[in-house]
Amino acid sequence: MSGLLSRRTLAVAAILAGLVYPFVVPNDYFVYVMALAYIYAIAALGLNLMLGYTGHLNLAHAAFMAIGAYTVGILTVDYGVPYWIAFLLAGVNAAALGFVAGIISLRLKHHYFSIFTLCIGIIVWLVIEKWDGLTHGVVGIMGIPAPTGIGPIRFDTTLAQYYLILAMLALALVVMDRIVHSLTGRAFMAIRNGEPLAEALGVPLMRTKVLSFVISVAYAGFAGALYAGFVRFLGPSIAAETNAFDMIAFILVGGLGTLSGPVIGAIMLTWATQSLQFLQDYRLLVFGPLLILLVMFMPKGIIGTLKARQAREAGERASAARREQAEADASADGRKAPAHA
Amino acid sequence: MLEVSGLTKRFGGLAAVKDVSTSFERGRITAVIGPNGAGKTTFFNLVAGAYRPTEGIVRLDGEDVTGMRPDRMAMLGLARSFQTTTLFEDESVLDNLIVGHRLRTRSTLLDAILNTARARADNRECRRKAEEALSFVGLDHAADRVVADISQEEKKRVAFALALATEPRIVLLDEPAGGVNPEETAGLARLIRKMAESGLTVGLIEHKMGMVMGLADKVVVLDHGEKIAEGTPGEVSRDPKVIEAYLGADFALAGAGHAAM
Repeated sequence: MSGLLSRRTLAVAAILAGLVYPFVVPNDYFVYVMALAYIYAIAALGLNLMLGYTGHLNLAHAAFMAIGAYTVGILTVDYGVPYWIAFLLAGVNAAALGFVAGIISLRLKHHYFSIFTLCIGIIVWLVIEKWDGLTHGVVGIMGIPAPTGIGPIRFDTTLAQYYLILAMLALALVVMDRIVHSLTGRAFMAIRNGEPLAEALGVPLMRTKVLSFVISVAYAGFAGALYAGFVRFLGPSIAAETNAFDMIAFILVGGLGTLSGPVIGAIMLTWATQSLQFLQDYRLLVFGPLLILLVMFMPKGIIGTLKARQAREAGERASAARREQAEADASADGRKAPAHA
Repeated sequence: MLEVSGLTKRFGGLAAVKDVSTSFERGRITAVIGPNGAGKTTFFNLVAGAYRPTEGIVRLDGEDVTGMRPDRMAMLGLARSFQTTTLFEDESVLDNLIVGHRLRTRSTLLDAILNTARARADNRECRRKAEEALSFVGLDHAADRVVADISQEEKKRVAFALALATEPRIVLLDEPAGGVNPEETAGLARLIRKMAESGLTVGLIEHKMGMVMGLADKVVVLDHGEKIAEGTPGEVSRDPKVIEAYLGADFALAGAGHAAM
């Protein structure tokens, strides 16, 4: 019960922190970078469903984010489709292409699956770069409109978009929370723990894995759609596999298979990258060893480590309470027994 | 009741299981024994649908279920435990068991996202079933412990509970007492007997002969993929072919010599 309370308290505290953040930082640049971190956090949440909960590493995740972003970019700039319709179609498009990619790639197991998805990612990147007629190729798509206002709310400032993205992140978290704590979420985890056992428990493997994959890449698609409306410029590099690797790093730092881990990781690493910007490409010399140390000494990530400790303590408390109850019952019986005799 | 007839599985030129016919009776414990590499686990995999037989028929209560996928078999009431059960170490025992009853529920992911009454009812039902299964295997006291903190023997019991949460008619247990001490083995044997007495059909692969001989109603002996003997533990343990398979031809001859004297 105390675990539940503290969870709720933490969630409220996090939302409040997100709300006041723009007012405590010196300028718009901090707001801009944070909003970008939230967008990547949404994509990483999706990746974590597949990687952390279902146990499959999809290296094409950035490609699906690119598919979402380009859906918005192409539809709004070239076809004049309103932003929010394009936004919805971005998720639908990523999910539909994910379904096709999923039913093919999920026939493969373990790292064969990952290698296959790496290829999917490269194919998507090539298509974006080479298909000038559709994607504007290496020139990229410029002048993507900001999200259109909803009622009296306008999204034409960085601050307004920051709040829009924060709200989307909160919604993404609520939906993910329901998914991973559902019975279907438990089926995903059973697959991660071992496919033969999951199947023996009546989990249809293919259908369940494809479902996880489709939801996962839909998150990437929506994140891409937000990205397009926020950055307002798209180039093929968004599909690069290095972007997928960044998201994996977010998840590892925050905690694989934890709800808030990818969000914590995305925020921390985005800021770490920003503060090491002066080192340019040499910053990887700092990042690499740090990541190795983390994987060695904190393999469950920040949130994973905290959660494991909390679960253990809660279990011990509950067991102790159960024992005390049992002892109390036993001694009560003991007192009664002589009376019967 | 589960019947198999003429069950054969070839991997390329190698027959891992060759023309095996037998049956598992309701409420009885049928043990499958044999030397390492005899094809016992392959046999279970064929029965449970994990492998498609090259030849032969599997019937569950008269229905032909040959080559049916494991998740469909689970729906039909066949549950199994594996030599090693990978559980979610950082979660409580009870939470680990909830997925076991998922196959008997109807709510979809959309129900879960919208938190509908059906999703909540199914969640409660799965939790109740998990508690019931945990109670059956005698682990009420460990419900809230994280799996990483419980003993090897308790993990074996959790694996049984997971199988029981699926509401099976038949359970196949692959080396349920592997890696636990003799005292704990006796405890697990009592639990397996209790499962049979509750009306379940129990199939068992086990290397611990003492346990098999004291527990099984029927023993099926496999060697090099073929059934070489079948009968009560007493019959099987006197069978020269079984002694030969286990202890080598010399010992069997020596044993026969002794018997003659």
